[in-house]
Amino acid sequence: MPLVFLAVFFAWPVVAMVGRGFVSSGRLDLGAFSEVFSRARTWRIVWLTLAQASLGTVVSGLLGVPGAYLLYRCRFAGRGFLRAFVTVPFVLPTVVVGVAFRSLLAPGGLLAFLHLDGTFTAIVAALVFFNYGLVVRTVGGLWERLDPRAEQAARALGASPWRALGTVTLPALAPAIAGAASLTFLFCATAFGTVLVLGGLRFGTVETEIWIQTTQFLDLRAAAVLSVVQLVVVVGALLVAGRARSRNERALSLAAPVSSAHAPSLFPRRPSRLPRPRAGGAGPDDLRGLDRVAAAATALAITFLALPLVGLVVRSLRTPDGWGLANYAALSRPAGALPVSVWDATVTSLRVALDATVLSLVVGGLVALVVSRRPRAGAVRRLVAGLDAAFMLPLGVSAVTVGFGFLLVMDRPFGLDVDLRTSPLLVPVAQAVVAVPLVVRTVLPVLRAIDPRQRQVAATLGASPARVVSTVDGPVALRAIGLAAGLAFAASLGEFGATSFLARPDRPTLPVLVYRLIGRPGVETYGMALAASVVLALVTALVVAGFERVPRAAGTVI
Amino acid sequence: MRKRLLIGTLVVPALAACSAVGAAPPSPTAPTSTGAAGGAITLVTHDSFALSKGILEDFTQQTGYTVNVVQPGDAGTLVNQLVLTKDAPVGDVTFGIDNTFASRALDEKVVVPPSPALTAAAVKDGAQYRVPSDTAGALTPIDVGDVCVNVDHAWFTAHKLTEPASLDDLVKPAYKGLFVTESATTSSPGFAFLLATIAAKGDGWQAYWKALKANGVKIDDGWENAWNVDYTAGGGNGQFPIVLSYSSSPVDTVPKGGTSPTTGALLDTCFRQVEYAGVIAGAKNPAGAAAFVNFLLSDEVQADIPGSMYMYPVSSSVKVPTDWAQWAPLATQPLSVPAADIAAHRSDWLQQWSDVALG
Repeated sequence: MPLVFLAVFFAWPVVAMVGRGFVSSGRLDLGAFSEVFSRARTWRIVWLTLAQASLGTVVSGLLGVPGAYLLYRCRFAGRGFLRAFVTVPFVLPTVVVGVAFRSLLAPGGLLAFLHLDGTFTAIVAALVFFNYGLVVRTVGGLWERLDPRAEQAARALGASPWRALGTVTLPALAPAIAGAASLTFLFCATAFGTVLVLGGLRFGTVETEIWIQTTQFLDLRAAAVLSVVQLVVVVGALLVAGRARSRNERALSLAAPVSSAHAPSLFPRRPSRLPRPRAGGAGPDDLRGLDRVAAAATALAITFLALPLVGLVVRSLRTPDGWGLANYAALSRPAGALPVSVWDATVTSLRVALDATVLSLVVGGLVALVVSRRPRAGAVRRLVAGLDAAFMLPLGVSAVTVGFGFLLVMDRPFGLDVDLRTSPLLVPVAQAVVAVPLVVRTVLPVLRAIDPRQRQVAATLGASPARVVSTVDGPVALRAIGLAAGLAFAASLGEFGATSFLARPDRPTLPVLVYRLIGRPGVETYGMALAASVVLALVTALVVAGFERVPRAAGTVI
Repeated sequence: MRKRLLIGTLVVPALAACSAVGAAPPSPTAPTSTGAAGGAITLVTHDSFALSKGILEDFTQQTGYTVNVVQPGDAGTLVNQLVLTKDAPVGDVTFGIDNTFASRALDEKVVVPPSPALTAAAVKDGAQYRVPSDTAGALTPIDVGDVCVNVDHAWFTAHKLTEPASLDDLVKPAYKGLFVTESATTSSPGFAFLLATIAAKGDGWQAYWKALKANGVKIDDGWENAWNVDYTAGGGNGQFPIVLSYSSSPVDTVPKGGTSPTTGALLDTCFRQVEYAGVIAGAKNPAGAAAFVNFLLSDEVQADIPGSMYMYPVSSSVKVPTDWAQWAPLATQPLSVPAADIAAHRSDWLQQWSDVALG
């Protein structure tokens, strides 16, 4: 069923659109390849795409892994708030964040002295801004459940905290880190609004080029070639990440999240509920050093996330009459000539995102379940790995290609007398296509870490396959599913590319409404667009925090 | 396996239970007038299309047709989508193709003349804006607007500097580093400004852009970025007192309690934009589509256009708002490039512009 879903709502439209570029007057014409590759610009944008996606991924990882440690392994006041906070950038409309970033960096802004306006560094910084939370959550999901005893044993045998981290903990986390990195790479490689707003066309990527060739020049041949290039880059990245994962994936000893938590020495006076592991060999000073590095990296990252967000909030409070809440008051009325008020759009967003989350949890959960099994036969194993990669692809393919492809194939699909192209059903489906890979990447490392012997024991004792799933995988996966649901919900709430293409204008989602507002002249509408973005951020934070709580409550019951 | 099938069968009811899509469709206004044709039409338009609340409902009241609106993106995306889906059109009627994309729509025959023929009085008002090659009348002019260089009066007064007035002034050393505009490849006002320079400078337009570049022009990706971040009068901490915007933009800079705007448009730098409506070739409901084009020319819609879409109506029988009449007049001699030339040279011009301006 997941495969049919992927084939109908992703592969078919993409193949139709790319095919349109290569078939001219009924004949296959691949001349476009040599034409496009002979342009110096093509090579430059391929290089730029790789460079900014790799840099964005590396920096997100370097900042995000310590963040995952602090937010999922340590206990301190305000942790729940910070967990929700780091997810917020992930959902904000890129055009709003782009403008907020530029307001800081442009001449006259708070950070103008850095002279970063319009530079490559600014683009990479914005990519990190969007993806930091993704790394924290994906890695944190596994780290939280990692049994601390292996690390404690290493320490007891005399390893320093750094050595224990390098030889025990990080290898155990490698699948989650590789998964987070591949997700981040895909998001960075297909970043569109961020690149345009912050860098103009000087730093064009394969994604921006596909958009321009398709929507502005209608040069489908060039767009098709670029889509193939994009696919090659993405598949290459997935292969590298897949290799890194499979080399390190193995059964881990998992524990309940609570038992592994300890208070970081960042807040030394707050007593932790559990005694800090006191191992011989390394003194508490070393441990403190490790915590301090993590705390410092996280503080840096949080400050960096907060700056544009604070700028956004401050400007949303500025009105033509001075400071005040007028922009927020205006949200309850239909905005200007827009069809609905921001509150209506919020309700629409929440409902659509709920549908998309359910859909992506079902599809993504099934994929993770299938992929987590380790078949003996090599062919089947490769097939399973291929399935895993296939569901990552939607993140790496241009929304324009998928969107226009939809228009080509969804007119009376399968001879059915329905025109799916303008059906509101497609909005949650499109969002789910984006959210499924997030679900898979969050749930899979946890499922794979379950010792297969546990399942075998259960089966030997007479449990049916369904019962194995519900009693062995289920309880472990539940917490990961909570995290995955939060991410999926956030991704659906923030999804703009496909949604703007498909959403009915009389029922826009919140990001679509923000986009419409920001494009309209007038100081007041801009203030409203910012106020609406702040609402979007708050709603996201609340919902994500809620998702974190639900499975924990359920978990205690089990 | 059984488990998977089971979950599969659960999805559908689960979806329906919590769904936005499962909820009632957006209240289509019930047709009340008697003798109306009835049925639904689909309008395919750009993402700036908006009309005040109740106006589409009035259309339904008058004609019996309900309207579904589809907004795929900007004007370029709109035209290209119409071309791509020519064999199975998404809708019946389109609004928002402008004079920079008109030729592509006409060459690809994605629009056809309305049938029955239009009856609105404003048809003849709009005749002056028709695409010359469109003798059959497939594209009906609905509204017009000017893309113009804007200046921040307050800034120039404070800095005791004479304001620029023409395209030539913008390359003078006195205005070095003061002008922010938008990319011709990603922004429709940006492309309109490129056309303005081509209209004014002819073959010398690339030399003009080199001079602009040497004079420190800043090129943003889109209007929102230029206005909200870089323009001194845009509400942020911008540093550029000259911006590419619209002739109607000064209206938005009348301070609270003030009587006149703090900015103005340079009317010698304007490129005229015309937006058209048309019946989509192969429409399922061509009569409803024609009725909608008629409706766009009615006094009700024409009078609503300035407030909701920031354009000027083509109709001579409706009045534009007083502040528009006073502070945002259209250029008397706008710059223009024939639609056929734009279609023929668009790609080349954009390529050359990218090389010169983005380099």
